[in-house]
Amino acid sequence: MKEASPAKAYTLHLGVIVLLFTLSFVLPEYHHGLLARIMVLAVFAMGYNLLFGYVGLLSLGHAMFFSAGLYGAGLAVIHLGWSVPAAFAAGLACGALLALVIGLLALRTSGVAFMIVTMMFAQVFYLIILYFAAWTGGDQGLVVPQSARVLVLGDTSLGLTDPTVRYMSALVLFSIVLLAALGIVRSRYGRVLVAIRENEERTKMLGYDIFSNKLVAVVVSGTICAASGAAYALLFGYVGSTFASVQYSILPLLWVLLGGAATTLGPLIGTLFMYYVVDITSGYTSAYLLIVGIALILLVLFFPRGILGTIRQRWLGWLP
Amino acid sequence: MHFGPHLLLAALEGLVTSAVLALTALGLSLVFGVMRVVNVAHGEFFMLGAVLAWAISTAISGHPALGFLAALVLAPLIVGLIALVSERLVLRRLNYNPEATIVATIGMLYIIQQLALTFYGPEARPVEPPFSYRILLPWFGYSGYKLWIIAASALLLVATWFVLTRTKIGLVMRATQYDSETAQAFGIPVDRVYAGVFALGAMLAAVAAVLIVPISQAHYLMGQDPLLLSFIVVIIGGLGSLRGTVVAAVLIGLSDGIISVFFSPTLAKIIATLLVAMVLVFRPQGLFGTASR
Repeated sequence: MKEASPAKAYTLHLGVIVLLFTLSFVLPEYHHGLLARIMVLAVFAMGYNLLFGYVGLLSLGHAMFFSAGLYGAGLAVIHLGWSVPAAFAAGLACGALLALVIGLLALRTSGVAFMIVTMMFAQVFYLIILYFAAWTGGDQGLVVPQSARVLVLGDTSLGLTDPTVRYMSALVLFSIVLLAALGIVRSRYGRVLVAIRENEERTKMLGYDIFSNKLVAVVVSGTICAASGAAYALLFGYVGSTFASVQYSILPLLWVLLGGAATTLGPLIGTLFMYYVVDITSGYTSAYLLIVGIALILLVLFFPRGILGTIRQRWLGWLP
Repeated sequence: MHFGPHLLLAALEGLVTSAVLALTALGLSLVFGVMRVVNVAHGEFFMLGAVLAWAISTAISGHPALGFLAALVLAPLIVGLIALVSERLVLRRLNYNPEATIVATIGMLYIIQQLALTFYGPEARPVEPPFSYRILLPWFGYSGYKLWIIAASALLLVATWFVLTRTKIGLVMRATQYDSETAQAFGIPVDRVYAGVFALGAMLAAVAAVLIVPISQAHYLMGQDPLLLSFIVVIIGGLGSLRGTVVAAVLIGLSDGIISVFFSPTLAKIIATLLVAMVLVFRPQGLFGTASR
């Protein structure tokens, strides 16, 4: 990786945000709604990327952080009648706490064991959601009532069911996380994470505390994923156990691999691309998992760096 | 029914589960032990075995035992062939990199599952057992076929153990497992051993599925539970240890049978999964395994 010039990188990212903002006024209704969803899920992918791309920890259980945010926010609204900001904060807190506990346990392992342990914890989380069906709605899920999905700011109240408000809220969340990710990656801490990925022993020898650095990364990653989940519950009004299943742990991995691991914009591109591939093919066949499977195999075989990773390697070395 | 006979029934059911589980988990364990590949698609090979058993036994008319015997021989062979092809086309090209192979086998899982859904359909279909003899115990009648499952899989386990420890093929496999580079230097075709082990692992899962399918049913999603349970067994038994795998399978199968009779199955799964995750965190070499080299 060449030394990135900060101006170029920030211009590119702000450009992407401005582009997404303009698209809001141009896109037809269907794609408008789809893009709002994609931005929220891209946040999930960015959270995943922080851990997988930069620290090199492959988790197969990130669905639990997403659904911790989803259920944390959704159940706070449904059962406790909390306001939107409070519920969002509750989702974040659930995700952060869960990530801390899981991090403390799972980081004792490494490599293949880490993948299996995270997968098993996520499975436990999923089964717990099913077990407490009285509160969580089990595999039917719950609908967050429209009347509760209103954001009150001073005198104005914004209904999150309104397409424009929904799109803009998704964009705000996406932009904050994107710029935060760029900041983290370019910071001293981000470099330590990459150093751990590249050579853990050497980084340890240089005097860095591997465990606590990794733990912070797990918590930050889990919290970002929870933010995505909480936003999903509040913006789209559905909370369901599917989001906690293994499939939703695999999807962010696929999105990040496709867009390019360890690139800041890769998660967005991967999510966007995969979502549209599935959307278009589902017009012809219901077997969208087949596409996911083939995409996964082709990616690891031929494009292990993903779209942006390949572009960075070939042409644009400064890409963050 | 009183508590004692009830417990006996639960234990018998548990033993049937253990028998099938031991075969499936042994396949997973062999692949991990020798190739260091975590095969997430293992459950799908199990499912394929059951689905093929249905296809073969319905294609052959006459006495049900005839169709079943044909399935018992043919289904594992076909599954082994599929595994062999996917190993050559995908895993070998990834140089058996542990993380890349996990992602690739997840891909295989989705592909196999969707193809099964497309060509076989979402229905659960039964396979007729080769014989229906009921053994009458003083408290209840018990299916003779289920006892036969236990015997058949015990026989297959002993055969696998014999091949692994008493034959040249087993020696070659163990040498590859111990140190693949040195094995290669001594002229062992490591590459072909890997291909064979992957096929063998899939075949063990397929045999287990053919044995169980007359008393459960063939369904395109049936691979998920065996996969999770096999993971649990392999982890508790210690990755790559045959004896540990069998002991753990009996332990898990029995407790699964007994717990599900007396408690909610979901709660049983939560507790089991959590316990296993903790074993992996605090005793990564498994309860019976030795410390990793």
